[in-house]
Amino acid sequence: MFKWFGKVNFSPYTKVTDFAQHLKDGRLMGTRCKACGATSFPPRADCVECMSGDFEFFELTGKATLHTFTTIVAPPTGFDDVVPYTVGVVDLEGGGRLLAWIGDTIQEDQVEVGMECQVVPQIFEELEDIRVYYSLEAPGTTWAKTDSAM
Amino acid sequence: MTRVGIVGMGHGVFGRRSDATVQELAFEAFREAVQDAGIERSEVDASVIGSVPEYHKQRSLPGVVQEYLGLNPKPTWLTEVACASGSAAIRTAWMSIKAGVHDVVAVLGCQKMTELSTGEILALMGRVGEVQWESVFGTTFPAYYALFARRHMHEFGTTREQLLEVAVKNHYYGARNPKALFRKEITLEKAMASEDVATPFQVYDCCANADGAACLILASEETARKISDKPVWLDGMACATASMSVLRRPDLVGLPSARQAGADAYAMAGITAKDVKVADVHDCFTIAEILAYEDLGFCEQGAGGSFISDRQTYIGGEVAVNVDGGLKAKGHPIGATGVSMTYEIARQLRGEAGERQVPDADVGLTHNVGGIGQYCFVQVLRRD
Repeated sequence: MFKWFGKVNFSPYTKVTDFAQHLKDGRLMGTRCKACGATSFPPRADCVECMSGDFEFFELTGKATLHTFTTIVAPPTGFDDVVPYTVGVVDLEGGGRLLAWIGDTIQEDQVEVGMECQVVPQIFEELEDIRVYYSLEAPGTTWAKTDSAM
Repeated sequence: MTRVGIVGMGHGVFGRRSDATVQELAFEAFREAVQDAGIERSEVDASVIGSVPEYHKQRSLPGVVQEYLGLNPKPTWLTEVACASGSAAIRTAWMSIKAGVHDVVAVLGCQKMTELSTGEILALMGRVGEVQWESVFGTTFPAYYALFARRHMHEFGTTREQLLEVAVKNHYYGARNPKALFRKEITLEKAMASEDVATPFQVYDCCANADGAACLILASEETARKISDKPVWLDGMACATASMSVLRRPDLVGLPSARQAGADAYAMAGITAKDVKVADVHDCFTIAEILAYEDLGFCEQGAGGSFISDRQTYIGGEVAVNVDGGLKAKGHPIGATGVSMTYEIARQLRGEAGERQVPDADVGLTHNVGGIGQYCFVQVLRRD
């Protein structure tokens, strides 16, 4: 159900579609190639190293370091109701990078390159459709996990 | 294989061109290029169109351009790699001449960007990045380069003033270019007072959409020497790519595609960065010009900020950069931009740049970036 991912979703069909179900259950997943062991975040079904299409998901801790950020004042279509919003790029513990909004647990004037943060799975409460995403929060932020049947 | 020379060139006025269709813009540049070359239109063997299709209501642009130029039944085709589409057109024309398939080829970079509604523009802007993992967070084109700017400021101490000094320089030269969109000088104070777009960027860090066209006529060496007494040679022609997603880049303080294409173009032309007297680089945002100084080896990595504040890229400095106003002041009709860059450098090498002429310009360079460095084309140009 990858159409769940993002406030606006442009790519509902993908081989890593279960990512969104995991995120809804409170788990941030990367992918690992079953043939050579190469890992990836963002997830990808087909291994860039050995070209195998045999992959599995594995759970990331979500511990991260802020690499860079920007506060967007002039938004594109679909984001005018949340403006201004701050987008950060983080280096994930264990490798890979992730782009996400800076969440409510971090004050705007505290945001700085190099700060530690926690990637937290999120569900949009205010939207009728299921919409999931992740945000960058203060270290130590906790959240609920569920175990739905996959 | 033959050397390839530029034997004719034309350039329309960039701006909000509510007076013309895209094929009419193309015609202005084509007519000027044919007259400049002093050839008959029938001597053109093929045309290559550099343009980004989603801005036009007319689908399949080469069809309507080829008809309006009066070039049927000669072959034509489109090249598209975002903001580097114009340089891709030059590259495929160059390839076709190198291969001996065609002898004289017209390259048209043309774009109308101001026909779309604000809503359509905002929708397009929301899909410039990688859409599966990035655009879902509302990323925009300025935002991506702002991420690079913030990281560059963090790692190297680059300042807001240094970034905006790029805009001040490019407006200074744009004011002296009759083809430019913005023909007004600006002050650093005015630039620092402009509205935020995506922090740290303000309005004056960003180039503007525009309509416009530029045309080059390329020929094999043998034909070029018959047509022109001052051909400009395409001696270093390189292009390279980098990941669509900025999350998969080795660093966010430069463009790997530009570093690679620059090194390849220098090697092909047998020169080093020190030999370049004049360059047009892709300053879609102020940081992009500073990254270009570093990626192309005009200065050391991290020294781009002081390179502009020391005025090393004004005429009289180490290398004159964007002395036509750059994307910032000249405007950025995306498909036309790469062709416009090569037009400017060829004019400089022919000594025809008027009050903006760089003294002793014998070797020039263009650096045309598509997207956020997903594609980069670098050309080294030389005169006899």
